[in-house]
Amino acid sequence: MIFKKIQDIEKLKEISSDIRKDILLSIAEARSGHTGGSLGLADVFTCLYFSVMDHDPQNPSWKERDRLVLSIGHVAPVLYAALAHAGYFPKEELLTLRKFGSRLQGHPGRDYGLPGIELSAGSLGQGLSVAVGMALAARYDKRNHRIYCIMGDGELQEGSVWEAAMSAAHYKLDQLCVLVDRNKLQIDGKNSDVMELEPLADKWKSFGWQVLECNGNDHNELLNTFGLAKKVTSKPQVILAHTLMGKGVADIENDYRWHGKAPSKEETLRFIECLNKK
Amino acid sequence: MDLINRGNKPTKAGFGEGIYEAGNLYPELMVLGADITASVGLDMFAKAFPERFFSLGIAEQNCAGVAAGLALSGKIPVFSTYGVFAALRSADQIRVSVCYNNLHVIIGGAHAGISVGPDGATHQALEDIAIMRVLPNMTLLSPCDATQAKLLTLKAAGELKGPVYIRFGREAVPDFIPETIETEIGKGQILKDGTDVSLIATGHMVWEALQAAYMLAKSGVEARVINIHTIKPIDKQIIIDAARETKCIVTIEEHQVYGGFGSAVAEVVVQHHPVRMKMIGINDTFGESGQPAELMKKFKLNAEDMCATVTQFLNDNH
Repeated sequence: MIFKKIQDIEKLKEISSDIRKDILLSIAEARSGHTGGSLGLADVFTCLYFSVMDHDPQNPSWKERDRLVLSIGHVAPVLYAALAHAGYFPKEELLTLRKFGSRLQGHPGRDYGLPGIELSAGSLGQGLSVAVGMALAARYDKRNHRIYCIMGDGELQEGSVWEAAMSAAHYKLDQLCVLVDRNKLQIDGKNSDVMELEPLADKWKSFGWQVLECNGNDHNELLNTFGLAKKVTSKPQVILAHTLMGKGVADIENDYRWHGKAPSKEETLRFIECLNKK
Repeated sequence: MDLINRGNKPTKAGFGEGIYEAGNLYPELMVLGADITASVGLDMFAKAFPERFFSLGIAEQNCAGVAAGLALSGKIPVFSTYGVFAALRSADQIRVSVCYNNLHVIIGGAHAGISVGPDGATHQALEDIAIMRVLPNMTLLSPCDATQAKLLTLKAAGELKGPVYIRFGREAVPDFIPETIETEIGKGQILKDGTDVSLIATGHMVWEALQAAYMLAKSGVEARVINIHTIKPIDKQIIIDAARETKCIVTIEEHQVYGGFGSAVAEVVVQHHPVRMKMIGINDTFGESGQPAELMKKFKLNAEDMCATVTQFLNDNH
């Protein structure tokens, strides 16, 4: 059965908050993982899996489903939490993240049997090419489903991303929508210090893409923007979603040191308190 | 039996014909172009099935990823360019997007070896076997002539479920494998029997190895000649039997001996039936410009030099 979409913003906010808690708990239990980006994308993943995409947790290989290609495999915890909350697998399994024998690999792997994983990924700069292949196939098969590719902003420093961007525009792949997690941070610090990405919107425009921007931590804005993207014809779309790394936990928001750091048990409790207050 | 050359033909033509025929057989087969479509033998498919041909320009990394996306959508994508680019420029994409996802992607590695000739070192694939064979899930095919290239290409499309790299050359070489000899993925072929030494060769070197064996026979040395067209998964039994029955092995490849085909054979030999080995190939150096015959002579990959190397090896043995 196709997932019944939720339009109630308050309900979506609640789900995002629950997803954030599960991200913290699973990473804390694993004692390693990417906390900052996963928290920052919780609202995006909530909107996609609970309100935007056509998908069926009981039939993950349904041919007409919208695809979510996670190019930045390191934010696997937010993908896993969203999938579990959407009903793909039991939430308890989230606590096996990164452990030996787990279906929840450090970066998503299709071969481990976890339902809902579209692509084994983790080497940056590869997901968009795969999404382009999926969009070409969808159009060839005259299917209308959409392909959402989640990318990081630091990832855009990979040259292959721009090869893929060129090809998506060349083939006018309007079923393809990229969401860039524009938190402006990466492992070594600010994008602008590590390697400047601006003018980012102009780059995508000049590559032939329809560029949209929104607050990536605002459900209303996200839903509106995904809606606008879907109406675009003859062009792939990119949403520059301005997010805060670590969003929801005031102590760590916008702190690049939390890109790949796991919270301790004590911090986890404190961070969850912080989420509960909102 | 003497194997007869039916006429010279490039193995890339066999690959191209195989893909064209596979295109007729499998409506889900799609071809990605990397700007050298005719040069890698794919123009026949592109003309016949324009709706299933996607030009992606000079962007090999993207090609490999797009192929993965097509395969995830139930297609059989073919991505071909010169082996130096296919195996090296897009190595990470092939590793993660294609092999880790275990997708049925057909990768054509053209311009194998130094017989590419005048283009020189940058375009002569001498490292692709080493890189492709180390990737989990990968099948690695290295046909010895155009007929076999076509046959293996059809099998790669029709029989395999995972990633496959097919290595082929540019130069017209003898087309000699009779249709009466069965070609099966994963199975080596004894083309000439013998008990004094085994010449185990792959790709274009198989014909040269045969000629070397005929020369050796004139001086009383009976060499067994084995064609290994599937480097991975390799036919262990045919190698173990050769080690046991001929007591020494010479491997021959148009590729670096470090990590290449000879190493693949040696991995079997040392673990199952250690015997003396000699590896003929490129010895840790780049290629250069020249006519194919000139280069084969310089790198001692022609039958005459091969014969001399084997004779020397056998003399050292005694």
